[in-house]
Amino acid sequence: MLQKTGIPTSDDLKKVIPPEERLKKGPVAIVECFTKIPCNPCYHSCPVGAFNEFADINDVPKLDYNKCTGCGMCIAQCPGLAIFVVDYTFSKDRGIVRIPYEYLPLPVKGQEVIALNRAGEDVGKAIVEKVQSSPSFSKTNIIWLSVPKDQLMKVRNFRVGDNNDE
Amino acid sequence: MFIVGGGPAGLAAAIKAAEYGKKVIIVEKDFKLGGQLIKQTHRFFGSKEECAGTRGIEIAKKMQKKIKNSANIDVWREATVQGYYEDDVLTVSHENKFKKIKAGKIIIATGAAEKMLTFPNNDLPGIYGAGAVQTLMNIYGVVPGKRVLMIGSGNIGLIVSYQLLQAGVEVAGVIEAMPEIGGYLVHAAKIRRAGVPIYTGHTIKKAVGERCVQQAVICKLTQDWNQVAGSEKYIDVDTICLAVGLRPLIDLLLQAGCITTYIPELGGDIPPRDENLRTTNNKIYVAGDVAGIEEATAAILEGELAAISAVIEMGSKGDRIKGERQIIKNKLHDLRKGPVGAKIRAGLKKIRGIEHATKDRYSHIG
Repeated sequence: MLQKTGIPTSDDLKKVIPPEERLKKGPVAIVECFTKIPCNPCYHSCPVGAFNEFADINDVPKLDYNKCTGCGMCIAQCPGLAIFVVDYTFSKDRGIVRIPYEYLPLPVKGQEVIALNRAGEDVGKAIVEKVQSSPSFSKTNIIWLSVPKDQLMKVRNFRVGDNNDE
Repeated sequence: MFIVGGGPAGLAAAIKAAEYGKKVIIVEKDFKLGGQLIKQTHRFFGSKEECAGTRGIEIAKKMQKKIKNSANIDVWREATVQGYYEDDVLTVSHENKFKKIKAGKIIIATGAAEKMLTFPNNDLPGIYGAGAVQTLMNIYGVVPGKRVLMIGSGNIGLIVSYQLLQAGVEVAGVIEAMPEIGGYLVHAAKIRRAGVPIYTGHTIKKAVGERCVQQAVICKLTQDWNQVAGSEKYIDVDTICLAVGLRPLIDLLLQAGCITTYIPELGGDIPPRDENLRTTNNKIYVAGDVAGIEEATAAILEGELAAISAVIEMGSKGDRIKGERQIIKNKLHDLRKGPVGAKIRAGLKKIRGIEHATKDRYSHIG
């Protein structure tokens, strides 16, 4: 369980994964923040007000999936790096997961990297589609990875392979 | 006003007191202001108004700038308070001089020191406190080793593990004696998805090595804290990092005759104080980790609260300053009211009055 391993269980994830109809419509944020901590930057980062206002700063964030446009402005503002954006509409068989990333060197567009799941295990290959950086992200970069659609809910990290030129 | 310690609590206190027109001296033992903030490369939690989402290093820069731009604040760097005398005189060594200070009010914000853990060979080179690892990496740009075992899964253990990974150091694992992870689970998830195993219910049995650390031996613990025979695991590492808690640095408070009392929830011996952070010596206020181990956001709020309380005590009247004090108290209350604040709340509740203080080991009463 999460409290013992640091890996969210499928029961934890059920609470934060939007319904299938919403996923089919386009990019949407997935907020993998499961315990009550005093924190609210996600609420303030959202340009469309998709996060419910915090009655208590310790509340777990609640996202209105129908208001969320998947813009990703919250990704780099979350101190826990716990927000991801997934997009099932990228192509016929592939989708995009946007991941907050704070390691160097940064990957480059088009690079093939090794996709990792929430336990840090290799789950296959991913292609870097975009590297997003901005002064407003304050050194957190957002990496857009394309992966097969059935892996969009699994891939949450990546590592650059041993041979970068592959 | 005299402030001992230039970390988040001391700097927040100085800025607030200067805003209300008080002349302030800050004494800081380091050559740089900011305390632990200058090593905190991660973003802070808390409320957006209290710099949440901002990295500790950025918060330190903002505070340093405010201090620099204030005509009311004098900073003594690389200065050490040597003693507190009966007539409320403080002595300080600064710039090769021995200075004497008699201040109107004193805010003690000396912070905390790291706790040590007892295990065989814990004096081998390669065994560090987490604070030392952060200083080496984040201030001086030096990595402590190639492969590290982290002891302790509180926020410091989890955050320093992440910083080690960012510095290109391998983290062999994080071990935690408690049955569950101590820090925020978002921090745990971040290192877990980078492949770092977290072993809850485990302890370090010993360090192994000839002249420096070569292995760590860990084992499982039962619910009654007994080691499980045969559960030993040898892990090849050249560094063992201890993140097993902090203890308030109360030495100066003891010299000043402040009552102290032992509250494990707050990290050890701490000074009882009133709701305005005044200690049992009515010249002295406390703020930050010296008053009980907590997060930097709380330290900043406590610094402001101590400063405002001292300013009021020095004769400032009016609704504005009292209103601001109430706002700060409310913010502290909100910050502590969730589940992660439960331990702090329990500790604060336990702080006993002077009537019980003779039972405490450092008390000067009688």
